[in-house]
Amino acid sequence: MRPFTYARPAALDAVAREFPAASAGTATGAPVQFLGAGTNLLDLMKLDVMRPSSLVDLTGIDAAPLRRIEATPSELRLGALVRMAEAAEDPVILRDYPVLAQALQLAASQQLRNMATLGGNVLQRTRCLYYRDTAWANCNKRNPGSGCAAREGVDRQHAVLGASEHCIATYPGDFAQALIALDAQVETQGPKGRRRFPFAELHKLPGDTPHLDHSLAAGEAITGFTVPAGPWTRRSLYLKIRDRASYEFALASAAVALQLEGTQVRAVRIALGGVATVPWRAREAEAALIGVVLDETTAAAAADAAFAKARPNRQNAFKVPLGKQTLVRALLTVAAKEG
Amino acid sequence: MRGQPDSSSGSVGRRQFLGRAMTGAAATTLTPVARAAPAPAPKTDARAPGMFELNINGHAQLFALDTRTTLLDALRDHVVITGAKKGCDQGQCGACTVLVDGKRILSCLTLAIAAQGKSVTTIEGLAGAEDALHPMQQAFLDQDAFQCGYCTPGQILSAVACVEEGHAKDDASIREYMSGNLCRCAAYPNIVAAVNQAKPQMQIKKA
Repeated sequence: MRPFTYARPAALDAVAREFPAASAGTATGAPVQFLGAGTNLLDLMKLDVMRPSSLVDLTGIDAAPLRRIEATPSELRLGALVRMAEAAEDPVILRDYPVLAQALQLAASQQLRNMATLGGNVLQRTRCLYYRDTAWANCNKRNPGSGCAAREGVDRQHAVLGASEHCIATYPGDFAQALIALDAQVETQGPKGRRRFPFAELHKLPGDTPHLDHSLAAGEAITGFTVPAGPWTRRSLYLKIRDRASYEFALASAAVALQLEGTQVRAVRIALGGVATVPWRAREAEAALIGVVLDETTAAAAADAAFAKARPNRQNAFKVPLGKQTLVRALLTVAAKEG
Repeated sequence: MRGQPDSSSGSVGRRQFLGRAMTGAAATTLTPVARAAPAPAPKTDARAPGMFELNINGHAQLFALDTRTTLLDALRDHVVITGAKKGCDQGQCGACTVLVDGKRILSCLTLAIAAQGKSVTTIEGLAGAEDALHPMQQAFLDQDAFQCGYCTPGQILSAVACVEEGHAKDDASIREYMSGNLCRCAAYPNIVAAVNQAKPQMQIKKA
């Protein structure tokens, strides 16, 4: 690991003042990085993929709103320093927002969930083998302009949605799918003050700048997430399909939330994981379901709509039928659930 | 740690070096004090050691270590307690599991300096002063829950936490919540049996 200086500020204001160049990881190459638990960043530093010369540890910040889970009738608020395990077992989240709890519980291991912060979780880097192995010179995410080793390589784990000719790396997380499905907002604080914006605007499609994972500005740190309450949040779930039963990243996943009126779909929220370059909201699938009776046929039609623009590469074509079946099963399961 | 320059090695053997580090500034035992860790001033030179305090198995210790040192390396190379194992060093195997403030975490992905002011429990500190073994350690012996033993310290600490978290409800729950600890000898059925054996004993002990 390369040497770095370490700072552990106690106040958010000090972060913005003293570390205006700090990055929550917008680019792999940023020299000053925010540190949460380090479950992803330290791993990538050991691999020499990330090479910061300075770490700003945010876990020492003494601000209750960053460490709290608060539920009101209108919204759920999650502080950025809340640990995954804590949110996964919060009784209100389990009862009223099960898709959030399940997405967290099905990720990583209990040791990692005890460590990892929610703010850091959504900013985790891709697991693309070529991104994580510096022996491959050509990775546009790691070395902008160097090419993409995955396009001609082993791409079984790679994305079929949202890829560009420059990058087909999959967004690996689970919690972000639940957040994007429920129209969450992100709260941040940085040198230009505080702001709040849709979670859907946090991650950037690779396009021709795959080295920019996020839309956060220099020095801007995530302070929390808000999830609006809705009649669909209780009837929600996260379904994750993977190569082994536990402790593995998704091959395909679906976050779904449903509001029924009689037997008809009044509102539905769908996001897909394991198949796309960013947390993926499947609005075409949602549109296909409004007003219809949810059954195997209509769910399959929605799944077809979700993957209509899928572009498989070489070994990842299986993700199209797998992703569709995952979504169908998630929809039928959530429809059968108590509302 | 891989690629980490070590000015003290040179021709000095590893054991000699470790012995020297123990008596030098690297780890000073202050038993038993409970005081807040000093807040480190922001450093601009990456060569300057990070100064911080950890409480390890009930003993407060001061450290002056390269900021890159993980908690795992601090335990193994500087405190010289080697129960926590370096399996993958990438957060994938769970062999380095320790308890920090009572919660199981991976010491290979924790910077030692980021654990400042916290209480660390390793396998060496699991049994109480009056007990030969913790009920989970005894259960691993009774149930033959290991072969080579390399993953065992991590398995046992993880199993203790699994019971204390309330995640040892049934076999399926034990398997799910122990999935972060890999065992290449595949002693898994016996590990589940050991957790089941120790669970009621841990609950009696607590009551």
